[in-house]
Amino acid sequence: MLLFIEQVLNGLQLGFMLFLLSAGLTLVFGVMNLINLAHGSFYMVGAYVAATVMQASDSFVLALLVALFTAGLCGFLVEVIVLRHLYKRDHLDQVLATFGLILFFNEGTRMIWGRQPLFMQVPELLSGSVEILPGIPYPVYRLVIIAIGLAVAIGLYLLINHTRLGMRIRAGASNRSMIAALGVNIRWLYSLVFALGALLAGFAGVMAAPVFAVESGMGESILILTFVVIVIGGIGSVKGALLGALLVGLVDTLGRAFLPDLLQMFISSGANSIAASLSSMGIYLLMAVILAFKPRGLFPA
Amino acid sequence: MIVLILLPFVAEAVDESYVISSMTRIMIFAMAAVSLDLIVGYGAMVSFGHAAFVGLGAYVAAILSFHINDGSAVFNFPFSFDGSNNLFLILIVAIFVAAIVAALTGLISLRTHGIHFIMITLAFAQMLYYLFISLDTYGGEDGLLMPGRNQVPFIDTADDFTFYYLCLLILVVYIFLSRRLVNSQFGRVIRGCKLNEKRMQSLGFNTYWYRLTAYIIAATGAAVAGVLLANKTEFVDPGLFSWHLSGELLVMVILGGLGSIYGAVIGAFVYLLLEQVLSAYTEHWMFFLGPFLILVVIYARHGIYGVLQNKVLSND
Repeated sequence: MLLFIEQVLNGLQLGFMLFLLSAGLTLVFGVMNLINLAHGSFYMVGAYVAATVMQASDSFVLALLVALFTAGLCGFLVEVIVLRHLYKRDHLDQVLATFGLILFFNEGTRMIWGRQPLFMQVPELLSGSVEILPGIPYPVYRLVIIAIGLAVAIGLYLLINHTRLGMRIRAGASNRSMIAALGVNIRWLYSLVFALGALLAGFAGVMAAPVFAVESGMGESILILTFVVIVIGGIGSVKGALLGALLVGLVDTLGRAFLPDLLQMFISSGANSIAASLSSMGIYLLMAVILAFKPRGLFPA
Repeated sequence: MIVLILLPFVAEAVDESYVISSMTRIMIFAMAAVSLDLIVGYGAMVSFGHAAFVGLGAYVAAILSFHINDGSAVFNFPFSFDGSNNLFLILIVAIFVAAIVAALTGLISLRTHGIHFIMITLAFAQMLYYLFISLDTYGGEDGLLMPGRNQVPFIDTADDFTFYYLCLLILVVYIFLSRRLVNSQFGRVIRGCKLNEKRMQSLGFNTYWYRLTAYIIAATGAAVAGVLLANKTEFVDPGLFSWHLSGELLVMVILGGLGSIYGAVIGAFVYLLLEQVLSAYTEHWMFFLGPFLILVVIYARHGIYGVLQNKVLSND
């Protein structure tokens, strides 16, 4: 039981991290109708910059700020230089171009930081653990990730539903030529939304840096998960992204934690390797089942 | 074409026999790209899991020859099957396996459209990827070394020179068959689905079954490429199923130009040659390949083949 609570918390933590990534991706897709394979690159940039600044200055806050700024700036530049030309194009062209961006960013980080993965210390203030329930110590840092994810979710909800900018974003998603005709500078709106998405991805990268190794290509493995999330949730829906992220986080974590023991009860030999692959497959099974019944995801936008 | 026929002699003459090996690899990938073009370019079914069928074909070749070498049976029920080392038999089994898997996954995937189709094909490929990682008998994550190339009666496949021509022959036949297919009535229905599926339905075609058939045909082509690839490297690993390879195949098809068969071939040649040339000059070749792809997308609208065709047309 204690283990179960701990694993649920781990699942939530992965879920909220995925949410930070998928919120930006789903917005970009919903508003600009753009498939961005390079979204994971901003996550990677965030992680690398944070780890480097942290090593140099020992200040987590500074690392966080610089990383967020860099990721947002990268997003802005990528939008202005490359993606702006592709909104009216076929999805396939976007896939090819953003695949090119992935190669560029991955090799770029390898040129700057080398092939060795970086490691980042958890900031001292957050490095301890607390007893969430009597007898269950849990790392503070992971709780902070959950809290930040919640805060971002609430912040995004307020931004999208209760501000003028959010109103424009929603309008841009439903009819872009109409709001352009109404005098909204749609180019800047797009750049802004894209930079915001990149910034959130960078945020996820900073959060992930102390938990995972910071290495070139770290963006892709999580990008696939992120795509699974937004497809399950329904593309373009931030609410769907939140639900999908938590679902994927929980299924993945709980599957990995409990499937091996569960299978061991039924089959004796080879249970471990089967369970390992089954739990890795878990989220894809989840996605296939959901898409088989709801081909447009849980909350079609 | 003539260049491809003469190339091995030139390579042999200047003593650069690695060229033969790398061209063989490129031709095999060209074949996989052509099979992907059949559904992406003609049917607008953008599969992000096409590498799964390449992987299946490769594993069929490796597993069957593993068992014949090992002396154990692949399965004993309902009949006993000891594996094989005959390339033709292996090709047939690979096509059969890929067709069954494609039929099962296609039944579900083709209910979705657009980005959802991209993602669900990716999901199935990832499932196979993890499945093969868990198969400890066949090397798991480390992959499986083949005891040697599969055999074809009367010719020596172990010789790179011969194997090159075998691959070239299969590629040419495959291109020919693919051209026949897309120009047949079946191909016209598939292309009609791409333009306007509703209209094809109202013309009385059951488009779902047509698209499923096309999906299966494409999968079998990829499986044949997989068998050849396994034979070329004499090694298979679960990386063959990875989404990275699926992505690269898509890039080849788009780079060359969608829906033209020849475009996919050109795309595969250009992409893999660039990879080799650039990597000879710098370790960081991807840093330059990436922006090149972006430029192609922005300035060459219908891929390289499209640009070539425009040149020819404007010269006339």
